[in-house]
Amino acid sequence: MLEQLFAPAVIIGILASGIQLATPYLYAAVGEMFSQISGVLNLGVEGVMLMGAFIAYYAVLRTDNLLLGLALAALTGALMGLMTAVISVTLKAEQGISGIGIYLFGLGLSDLLFLVLVGTPKAIVGFPELDLPVLSGLPALGPILFSQNILVYFAFACVPLAWFILNKTTLGLKVRAVGQTPEAADSLGISVARVRYIAVIVAGTMAGIAGASLSIGLLNIFQQNLTSGLGFIAVALVYFGGWRPFRVMLGALLFSMVNALQLWIQTLGIALPSDIAGMLPYILTIIALIFAARQIVTQPTALTKPFERGE
Amino acid sequence: MTETISTPKPRPARGPRLPFSVALEPRLRIPKWLPWATSLGSVALALLLTALILLYVGGNPLTSFRAIYLAAFGNLGVFSDTLVKATPLILTGLACLLPFRMRLWNIGAEGQFYLGAWGATLIVETLFGKDASPWLFIPLMALSGFGFGALWGFIPGLLKARLNVNEIITTLMLNYIALFFVAYWVFGPWSERGFQMTPTFPRAAWLPRLADYATVFKPFSGLTVHLGFVFAVLACAAVWYLLTHTRFGYEIRLIGDNPNAAQYAGVRIALMTIMVMMLAGGLAGLGGMSEVTGVVHRLQDRISPGYGFTAIIVAWLAKLNPWAVIPVAILFGGLIIGSREIQPSGIARMLQGILLFTLISSEVLNRYRIKFERAK
Repeated sequence: MLEQLFAPAVIIGILASGIQLATPYLYAAVGEMFSQISGVLNLGVEGVMLMGAFIAYYAVLRTDNLLLGLALAALTGALMGLMTAVISVTLKAEQGISGIGIYLFGLGLSDLLFLVLVGTPKAIVGFPELDLPVLSGLPALGPILFSQNILVYFAFACVPLAWFILNKTTLGLKVRAVGQTPEAADSLGISVARVRYIAVIVAGTMAGIAGASLSIGLLNIFQQNLTSGLGFIAVALVYFGGWRPFRVMLGALLFSMVNALQLWIQTLGIALPSDIAGMLPYILTIIALIFAARQIVTQPTALTKPFERGE
Repeated sequence: MTETISTPKPRPARGPRLPFSVALEPRLRIPKWLPWATSLGSVALALLLTALILLYVGGNPLTSFRAIYLAAFGNLGVFSDTLVKATPLILTGLACLLPFRMRLWNIGAEGQFYLGAWGATLIVETLFGKDASPWLFIPLMALSGFGFGALWGFIPGLLKARLNVNEIITTLMLNYIALFFVAYWVFGPWSERGFQMTPTFPRAAWLPRLADYATVFKPFSGLTVHLGFVFAVLACAAVWYLLTHTRFGYEIRLIGDNPNAAQYAGVRIALMTIMVMMLAGGLAGLGGMSEVTGVVHRLQDRISPGYGFTAIIVAWLAKLNPWAVIPVAILFGGLIIGSREIQPSGIARMLQGILLFTLISSEVLNRYRIKFERAK
């Protein structure tokens, strides 16, 4: 049975779905990276993703307008990001715990809205696969890389974009400054609070989109707790990636490939209890964190520390 | 004006233009009543926000809240059910409280609870025949539940102490792993005829309930409160004693207040981290043990409706005070019981989420005085 795994069609299938499954991780983790680099550990991602996923799903269910769904998910994410920012930046709340509050809120509200407004899961038509001309015809590479839906392409495009913003723009410099040495940034006239607000709202928006990429791009359905820990894994990926966009992407790909492999193992009927297989991503997250801790990484010094101007 | 070259002046922060400006001024002294007042205020605010959301989705908040109240505290019978729900919340609440005291964020009480339930079941499934004595069953199950819960706390504790791995994420991941782990056993090796549950435990492995003594004392009939509640109250006493009367507890509080001072004073922070996480895991595990042996009487999938997460809120609302955990847990037990009666089901969870962040946010009021100043 194991040799089935190595058939070319299966390998292409695994890689193609691996690329596809990386999408929600990428949006969520790239957004989260901005927040963390600015010094705010935004643990509510999971809850924001659930809300984004539901809103996008519901909009599409009602209007069949995919872009509207995506836009509303982003807006919901931005609003929840604003909420996170008020709590962690202005009110200087304990970030680890308040993030769990946002998670429970998103989990409960998305469930509530789903039960009230939809009831039973109905499938929708999500973003179609978009075959890039010429490229999608390439053997092997075509089906893996160039015949995905548009959200997948955008997710990967976010990575160099994030790298550019963080390393080549004034905004990126400010984001890094307020996460590394907020006192110095403040003395240069940078508003620590404002930059952190921007970063956290970006993270929220991206988490909203990540949710949408799941409900109207990948699975085309919504159900209670659709994300099942994906948002928390995205937070871990930022640590694993050492706050660097391309490394975060590699982490996301590693995870999505493991997910894809696990799905294919079950499809092929290889005897591995599904509950044991289901544990793999979470075990892998812990292992990834151990490796991340062993290498010398440049954790933003002010991560989780609210900024107080000295007198 | 002549041009001067000087260091750039700090730009005035550009905020929304209001006729007044708001400034936060650190408080030098926190009045004793203030934290409790802000907690009450945040509960009220959370209820208000939940009511607004309920109104928006077309429910009637007053009817819903009244239904919750009656279903949870309406008579002795339902109050006993509320105490049953409060039992796991007290134990998991303590499992959060203890590490929180040293600013160690154990979000893993949920997983530790599951492992404890599994550990108790392990004793029933492997060690004894059906006719063993309860005097043998109950202590061994409690020990095993505590032990496996502690194991689930040991992993993130060790990783935090030795490698400084963020304990929030590891405990969260271990929650998911524990769920799958228990699911594997109840679907697979311990499944009863293919159903997703183990066979019912023998009577000797049930924690005694008040209702069991109804033949001796009539008013007890139908009361579901079980020995686990006693365990929970005893655990509160133990944690209180530990925190206030022992060197161990003193060191926990010292690390929480000022880790640098603790280090300087020779407190072995790494060792403390591991031990506190194990103790916390054990308490949550005891909660899981008490739930399977006192209520469900078998191990099955999804035995917890998120006790481990609610526990975080319980600990916080109790202001990390072990005795306050009991009334707060009873309140939340009531919320869980009550929200079963009303639809839709997301309300309780959402209310908890809102409550947690109103609570956390309200802390700013304890630490700072808010000053409104007229704009110049």
